[in-house]
Amino acid sequence: MDIQQNYFAFLGLPESYDVDLKALAARSHELQKTLHPDRFAHLSEREKRLSVQYTAYLNEAVATLKFPLGRAQYLLHLQGIDTISEASVQLEPAFLFEQMALRDDLEDIKVMSSPEAALDKFMDGVAQQLSEYQRTFAECYAVGDSESLERAAAVVRKMQFMVKLQKEIELVESELD
Amino acid sequence: MAYSEEVLEHYENPRNVGKMDDSDSHVGTGMVGAPACGDVMRLQIKVNDEGVIEDAKFKTYGCGSAIASSSLVTEWVKGMTLEQAAELKNTQIADQLALPPVKIHCSVLAEDAIKAAVEDYKKKQSV
Repeated sequence: MDIQQNYFAFLGLPESYDVDLKALAARSHELQKTLHPDRFAHLSEREKRLSVQYTAYLNEAVATLKFPLGRAQYLLHLQGIDTISEASVQLEPAFLFEQMALRDDLEDIKVMSSPEAALDKFMDGVAQQLSEYQRTFAECYAVGDSESLERAAAVVRKMQFMVKLQKEIELVESELD
Repeated sequence: MAYSEEVLEHYENPRNVGKMDDSDSHVGTGMVGAPACGDVMRLQIKVNDEGVIEDAKFKTYGCGSAIASSSLVTEWVKGMTLEQAAELKNTQIADQLALPPVKIHCSVLAEDAIKAAVEDYKKKQSV
């Protein structure tokens, strides 16, 4: 175990988009046990500090790899492509129009007298689109040349908007109850 | 994070929210988005034959700072020429709204949006 390693190596998982979530949970659990502060209670301050550092790294690794978007962004990051903090990038106008329309639709659903059915349908549509993006990402990433990686990054940008929209939907849902 | 008075004011009372007919040859539409936060912004201008912006509308799905930035821009550009509007800088927006460093990108988005709207209008006029 070494925090110089990337998240996949740290967790002992193959570096791939297709992560076995059960294995991820099991490895994380194992490492957590190893790193438990009680096991370091009798050790030096330095070793205690290290255990805290390792635990933080472990939490970060799990939080990043658990969700498809985080995983995709991290894989691109390992290839030297940043999609996490970029502020302003050129996006296809058609895509932006579509995103605007989706958000307008959600606003309309919000003010319906009984929005449940419409909201469910809307959610399914978003989830379906998102899994399509995930498939495209996996394909582009698997090819792996620089052109495909650029295409993978473009898909990740789209995924970011869809994941944000999902959070908005969840918010609307929680207001219904 | 604390928003400035000015941001809150625009957030609670956004100016010029709405939509113009994109097929109108006098209307220019700018659409921009920031993947990092998933914000989407539409800014539209209506330009008269003298090249002066008569009206502006926006719709922004995003945080308070993004909404305030676009709201402020629609207020500012009314009465401006296309050239003046295209010269608006995000720093002016950020200063006016007292945006903290982590929210500067919202003002960049608004600058990109007005530039895109001006470009769209010019493109429409040239065909």
